[in-house]
Amino acid sequence: MLNYTDLEKKINSELNTKVSSSKVVHETLNVSIEKDDLKEVLLFLKSNPDMKFKQLIDITAVDYPNKKNRFRMIYLLLSHEFNKRIIVDFPLNENEKVFSITGIFPSANWMEREVFDMYGIDFQDHPDLRRILTDYEFEGYPLRKDFPITGHKEVRYSEEKKKVIYEPVKLEQNYRNFDYNSPWQGTEYIKEIKKNNE
Amino acid sequence: MSKQTKTLNLNFGPQHPAAHGVLRLILELDGEIVEKADPHIGLLHRGTEKLIENKTYSQAIPYFDRLDYVAPMNQEHAFALAIEKILDIEVPIRGQYIRVIFCEIGRILSHILNITTQALDVGALTPSLWGFEEREKLMEFYERVSGSRLHANYFRPGGVHQDLPRGLDTDILKFCNEFPKIIDDLETLLTDNRIFKQRNVDIGIVSKDDALDYSFSGVMMRGSGVPWDLRKSQPYDCYEQLSFKVPIGKNGDCYDRYLCRVEEMRESVKIIKQCLEQLPKGPVKSQDNKITPPPKKEIKESMEALIHHFKLFTEGYRVKKDEIYTAVEAPKGEFGVYLISDGSSKPYKCKIRAPGFSHLQAMDYLIKGHMLADVPAVLGSLDIVFGEIDR
Repeated sequence: MLNYTDLEKKINSELNTKVSSSKVVHETLNVSIEKDDLKEVLLFLKSNPDMKFKQLIDITAVDYPNKKNRFRMIYLLLSHEFNKRIIVDFPLNENEKVFSITGIFPSANWMEREVFDMYGIDFQDHPDLRRILTDYEFEGYPLRKDFPITGHKEVRYSEEKKKVIYEPVKLEQNYRNFDYNSPWQGTEYIKEIKKNNE
Repeated sequence: MSKQTKTLNLNFGPQHPAAHGVLRLILELDGEIVEKADPHIGLLHRGTEKLIENKTYSQAIPYFDRLDYVAPMNQEHAFALAIEKILDIEVPIRGQYIRVIFCEIGRILSHILNITTQALDVGALTPSLWGFEEREKLMEFYERVSGSRLHANYFRPGGVHQDLPRGLDTDILKFCNEFPKIIDDLETLLTDNRIFKQRNVDIGIVSKDDALDYSFSGVMMRGSGVPWDLRKSQPYDCYEQLSFKVPIGKNGDCYDRYLCRVEEMRESVKIIKQCLEQLPKGPVKSQDNKITPPPKKEIKESMEALIHHFKLFTEGYRVKKDEIYTAVEAPKGEFGVYLISDGSSKPYKCKIRAPGFSHLQAMDYLIKGHMLADVPAVLGSLDIVFGEIDR
């Protein structure tokens, strides 16, 4: 059985051109690749007799609005046979598509739908790319950093229309995001109110 | 002349007692045979991950109680472990034992609910009445230690919030001595029950390979004969010092999963007993007051303690820039937290990996070709709780 350092070496030697960087932290091997090599790398990790990363634990993305490549896709895999975890990631631009890996791991189906729902990342060749966690006619991508925590719409039952209706969010009180790093300068929203009054 | 047949679309839920919460299942039926199942989830979506990004680390813990609300502390455990690993804090040994005790109580809580409601789904009412009485006792333990029956907020990075109140350990021990008898009683009602067996044996069979492909974990995987338990393979806290068995199923059907859960409850009782026997004296949380708040008494006497307290409950502690995935063996399977910290006192991203999400995803694969009446049986044995699936 390989330990993490050997595993890292082996992956680097077998996939030499495809791995852009790798490191072992917190008993997990982190491997960074390029977007286009995703399928090949995952197939290799799944089928190689020394790896056997047969279970896809999760797929997720991270939003870095200020970076050149806005998103980072993250794939978490687990090898039961060798008791190892690996994290595969690659950067992604906002309007780029990712290859769906539902053909390699059937469980990727909902995970990719969730990433699509939360970040608006499109998956090529996905059999059924629909929203999954949000409401049926939801707009926007909630886990993007520019999506407000209060959302855009709220629902209530309308007595006149006898049905549930959607309205723009009305808050009795602003969302209070206290800045504790410098509490004496006041929070952002109070600064805004002050500025408006001036 | 040829006969023309048409499939029937049936909308199951979102308000249906056998759906175990708010599941909307669109079923395509050919007579009574299910041809396709399309689960619609998200009716309980509360945006937990988004909320956590906007809260400090200690404010984020209560959100974990609200995921799988049947076994709240097991979720907190994963988050606490993630932060401890990044900050490199050692949890005092007594704290570890207390955590394991309550994790196993959570496992029993969850398994009682699952076994009895699964029985309810296939027509047996009595087990749920008996089981809920026991759950009530366990939730009382939760209440005594944390002040709340469900949303405990008890596991904190660095240990647990407070020590066990006086007398709780003897009461838990008393429960451990009585509970195996209750499991026996439940088993006499179900294990050899003809109707229960007819409804569960050979229903929803999962093969070993499919269990891996569909990313199953926990009982769903062990029921199919895959020997995998994170408490054994990647032990956390003091699980290494405890001896317990991991029950494995053979056929991968609903009945085997039921049997696995029953055995796991027995093992949990053994683990709790061992913990209570070995329970050492000492602190229950890390003594580093940059992470855990100082005792109330000290705040009134020491300026430094007051400052620590103020900083912890306003800004919160900062977590250095790092990324980590930690998983625990929750009652339902592998519950994981993928945490990205950026050096501030709030997480940059916190992805929650809920076991039920992948289990429910396989609904179509599990139910295809079965009868409509098997849908509740399969749903019951998947052990889904919408708090964690919808997040």
